[in-house]
Amino acid sequence: MFPIEKHHMATSIEDAVRALAEDETSQVIAGGTDVLIRLHEGHGDYRNLVDINKLDELREIRMDEEGNVLIGALASFTEILEHDVIRKHVPVIGESVNTVGGPQVRNRGTMGGNICNGAVSADSACAALVHEVDLVIQSPEGERVESIIGFHTGPGRVSLKQGDLLKHFRVRPGNYKGFGASYYKYAMREAMDIATIGCAAAVKLNGEKIGELRLAYTVSAPTPIRCAGAEEVAKGKPLTQETLAEIAKAVEADVRPRTSWRASMEFRLHVIRTLAQRVTRQAAERAGGTF
Amino acid sequence: MQKQTISLTVNDKKFTLDIDVRQSLADVLRKQGFTSVKQGCGVGECGACTVLVDDMAVDSCIYLAVWADNKKVRTTEGECRNGKLSPVQQAYVDAGAVQCGFCTPGLVMTTTSFLERNRDRKVTREEIRTGHAGNLCRCTGYETIVKAVEKIVDVAEEE
Amino acid sequence: MAVGKSPVRKDAVAKVTGKARYTDDFIMPGMLHAKYVRSPVGHGIVKSLDAKEALALPGVEAVFTYEDVPDIVYATAGHPFSLEVDHQDVADRKLLTKHVRYHGDEVAIVVARDPLTAEEAARKVKVEYEEFPVCVTHEAALAHDAPKIHAGGNVIKSHSFEVGGNLDQALSESDVVVEGEFKTPVVQHCHMENHTAYAYMDDHEHIVVVSSTQIPHICRRIVGEALGISWGRVRVIKPYIGGGFGNKQDVVLEPMAAFLTMKMDGAPVKLELNREECLVSTRTRHSTKSRCRIGATRDGALKGIDLDLVSNTGAYASHGHSIPSAGGAKSVNLYPRNVVKYSALTHYANIPSAGAMRAYGSPQVIFAIESAMEDAARAIGMDSVDFRIRNVAREQDVNPLSQKKISSAGICECLEKGRKMIGWDEKRKQYADQTGDVRRGLGVACFSYGSGTYPVCVEIAGCRLILNQDGSVHMQLGATEIGQGSDTAFAQMAAETLGVDYDKIHVVSTQDTDVSPFDTGAYASRQSYVVAPAIRKAALELKRKILGHVREMTGKAAEGMTIAGGKIVNQNRPERVVLDLAEVAIDAYYHKQRGGQLTADVSHKTRTNAPSYGCTFVDLEVDVPMCKVKINQIINVHDAGVIIHPLLAEGQVHGGMGMAVGMALFEELLIDPKSGWVHNSNLLDYKIPTFVDIPNLECAFVETVEPTSAYGHKSLGEPPIISPAPAIRNAILDATGVAVNEAPMTPKVLFRHFSQAGII
Repeated sequence: MFPIEKHHMATSIEDAVRALAEDETSQVIAGGTDVLIRLHEGHGDYRNLVDINKLDELREIRMDEEGNVLIGALASFTEILEHDVIRKHVPVIGESVNTVGGPQVRNRGTMGGNICNGAVSADSACAALVHEVDLVIQSPEGERVESIIGFHTGPGRVSLKQGDLLKHFRVRPGNYKGFGASYYKYAMREAMDIATIGCAAAVKLNGEKIGELRLAYTVSAPTPIRCAGAEEVAKGKPLTQETLAEIAKAVEADVRPRTSWRASMEFRLHVIRTLAQRVTRQAAERAGGTF
Repeated sequence: MQKQTISLTVNDKKFTLDIDVRQSLADVLRKQGFTSVKQGCGVGECGACTVLVDDMAVDSCIYLAVWADNKKVRTTEGECRNGKLSPVQQAYVDAGAVQCGFCTPGLVMTTTSFLERNRDRKVTREEIRTGHAGNLCRCTGYETIVKAVEKIVDVAEEE
Repeated sequence: MAVGKSPVRKDAVAKVTGKARYTDDFIMPGMLHAKYVRSPVGHGIVKSLDAKEALALPGVEAVFTYEDVPDIVYATAGHPFSLEVDHQDVADRKLLTKHVRYHGDEVAIVVARDPLTAEEAARKVKVEYEEFPVCVTHEAALAHDAPKIHAGGNVIKSHSFEVGGNLDQALSESDVVVEGEFKTPVVQHCHMENHTAYAYMDDHEHIVVVSSTQIPHICRRIVGEALGISWGRVRVIKPYIGGGFGNKQDVVLEPMAAFLTMKMDGAPVKLELNREECLVSTRTRHSTKSRCRIGATRDGALKGIDLDLVSNTGAYASHGHSIPSAGGAKSVNLYPRNVVKYSALTHYANIPSAGAMRAYGSPQVIFAIESAMEDAARAIGMDSVDFRIRNVAREQDVNPLSQKKISSAGICECLEKGRKMIGWDEKRKQYADQTGDVRRGLGVACFSYGSGTYPVCVEIAGCRLILNQDGSVHMQLGATEIGQGSDTAFAQMAAETLGVDYDKIHVVSTQDTDVSPFDTGAYASRQSYVVAPAIRKAALELKRKILGHVREMTGKAAEGMTIAGGKIVNQNRPERVVLDLAEVAIDAYYHKQRGGQLTADVSHKTRTNAPSYGCTFVDLEVDVPMCKVKINQIINVHDAGVIIHPLLAEGQVHGGMGMAVGMALFEELLIDPKSGWVHNSNLLDYKIPTFVDIPNLECAFVETVEPTSAYGHKSLGEPPIISPAPAIRNAILDATGVAVNEAPMTPKVLFRHFSQAGII
């Protein structure tokens, strides 16, 4: 039994947006794998729920006529990782969400919730960042599109306003075509864990050299981040151990890990450097490169 | 408190229930006598409350009962038909995969779902482990459970 | 023959079908629910408490505080009562406390009509505290100016022994003396079923407590003690239990549940902990810090072991100093032909209370000894397995501490077997001088353990056998099935001695102290060893009575007959069936002139204690830059005497190994040294290994025949957890050259050690 005070089962996207806008204490509940845990803890902020579970249009995963990959906000991690469109075009998103919790949690948890709850450790965030996904959001004023870049505004905070409802993610062809990508979740266990550090890389080759590197981390700064400095350093470099070492060195200036009871700053930094090399290397290999 | 009427089947039996919207599916199932649904953590970390909803494994402790409206729910009580254990249940018995038994009903359901989802393909030991990683067991070190599953799936040769 | 086979365990079908009922599966009409109000400070005293708001909540029936509970200080450890006052457990707590000693201590309790209301009301009880300085670590708790956690100070007890000669002399005769400091963590049992109990009264005086306990008869006594009522007024019922591992060898909830039902006019009151409470407010394993020295000669003779250990029992004593005391004593069986000097001290601290946990002190002691043994082997340049084989116990050695002869010891054979199974000699060469990012290593460690608690505690067991009308037999025991499979093993023993089929033995799995024979319960890996003689005696007695009745029925001499396969047969020609057991039974029950119900009811005290042995071999790889360990192969080899049920025995070994891998590589309750706050009181942050974190687990047995044992067997429940952690430590050393003298060897810890060693 959860200390829920009000539960509204939304009947349409418009109904959900209206209910959310009407009451500033209301919160969206999707898969429940996060909200219900907070309620179990007795959290006061989640007692007024707008439930979007009946909005089946939000579950859809498909490719539109322009080649955009669309992932509905309510699509479960399992649906995402098993979907052919994901496997074929943005496999790193599937790989990432496959590291969330265990099978039962992946059957319920959604990428929408994973991103919108603003968790700094969100497993789908790195992949979303390297593919620079767009978020298509419905609000009482209408539909708007935001980029994942800049969407996270602080620990547990995103740029959604009361009354906003994420409808789906959109990955534009320019952000996935020609990239090889990889994700590594560094955690204390190989399942049922949150990332100590998460790292994704997407590499586009230019001949034998790195044309473009996109490198993203979770738990390495107050929000999931991209690493501008390291990405710049990688540009035009050959696929060598030396390049990887340079990237690993450059990444130190991009990140701001902190010490918590979970791990020290020094340890996180070491993992960040190590992953910079390993994940970039795998992404480049997946792009067809050899070291 | 906010009440709602839901209709569902549990182990093929129809139920129409007036429930409190604050209840989890686990709360409701246990109240209806499906006490195989165990509570080990209440937050989806241990898997002891695993049931199948429309043949998909979920932690019923973090699944609102209202979501089960018009759904088909399966628990381990229903897997044994006319006194005959299901192949999964039988494999657990034969492999010695049962000790304290508290995690067992949830694991039986996870394996049942794993088996049904992998009916037409070979699986590796690693896939068996990954496919069961949402269920904790503290008695067996998982060894006999993995062996039980291997008895009933088509096992791929290890490389 | 039933012993040595693997029949389907008695409760397997009930458990896979969900029919097995645990404490929470019994619901009574009108049941009330209780929730503790817990301290949010690590050490302090309640200045004021205001329950008005909580009481005003609809559905709240009552709030009780430390002012309302009996003024009785009691002990919770699940030991048998001791006639010697010196041996009694430390009484240091009341049902609720004004002086809070850890983050989570219990100052009040709310009773409400449903659990959610109880929980919400508990949050509304306003408590103000005066905070005291908090001591979390050994150093803080033992500092000369440390605040007193209990009136008598922070040291509970210390003791030492020096046996087998003089340590200084032994070390002076050694060519090499190695020394190391070792640390073991606070870990938690994490049985899947949390602590839960409910109580009601079915008479003006009579209190019934239903509880997930390993020790119903001890529980009954402690409820009586805690409430100051006569023990006979209390009835404890134990249904199926979802694991215990020692955490339910402590009386945590039952006295409070009994107190509450008395206060609520006998209404059923349930006290069910959630996982967060279970991790912090039940019991844990004692964390230890130790210094170990080992002296040996170059030819491989172990001369002396010197271990000095400090053990942290937390806020309340619970099992307290019994832990390092037992851990030290049981280790002497391992290397009995040298000097052993051991000293230990147990202290309080402002952290969750430590109590009994699988292998009771031995994992801590053996982690230090077997790590130091590895260092000694390396220092003298001898193979680690050879060094151990040279020095481990052999049959007929005398334990220098107990002065008892070791009557069975298969540890040499265990080491030989494990060495072969893992391919030790070949891999050793292959893994020499590893460099690069990923390095492989081999490790070994041994242990010894006891079978029960004798002579420290009384070992009493009871068995009642009843011949049913249909020729089947009901068996009642005070010993408890907690998942280990004892009901099954006991049925095998009875079947073996009585001569009936295993399927015809119905074990009453529930213990009910009003009905079940007296037995102190599941702990110390005692049950199979100390209950067996009671079962054997009872089976022989019932057999004698059955044959006696056959003689009355047939006029034939009983001496020529026996029971086999559930039939009365000619002793010399067993194919000659005299009568079916069912015919005898029905006659005994219903014949108007002769017979009666045929039963046997035996209570037996065991006055021996057999050492059991084993070892772990591990092959692992360390990804040095990633600071991660991957176990490629791990094998436990055990001498547990005759194996009663091979499949269940393997299950015990796997379970212990899995838990040990947890302690070695994953688990630690992380406590803030300043506030005493536990950071990771849930199963997401407290990392018990999942399916993908545990490697394939292999095990093997060396079957000795223990002469003091009814069926030749020895302990097996706890032992498998003892040696994996040091074996893993030794393998990491082998792979990387870095001695990680602390558990758990998590990536964070490896990072620290590898950085210091300069390999990353």
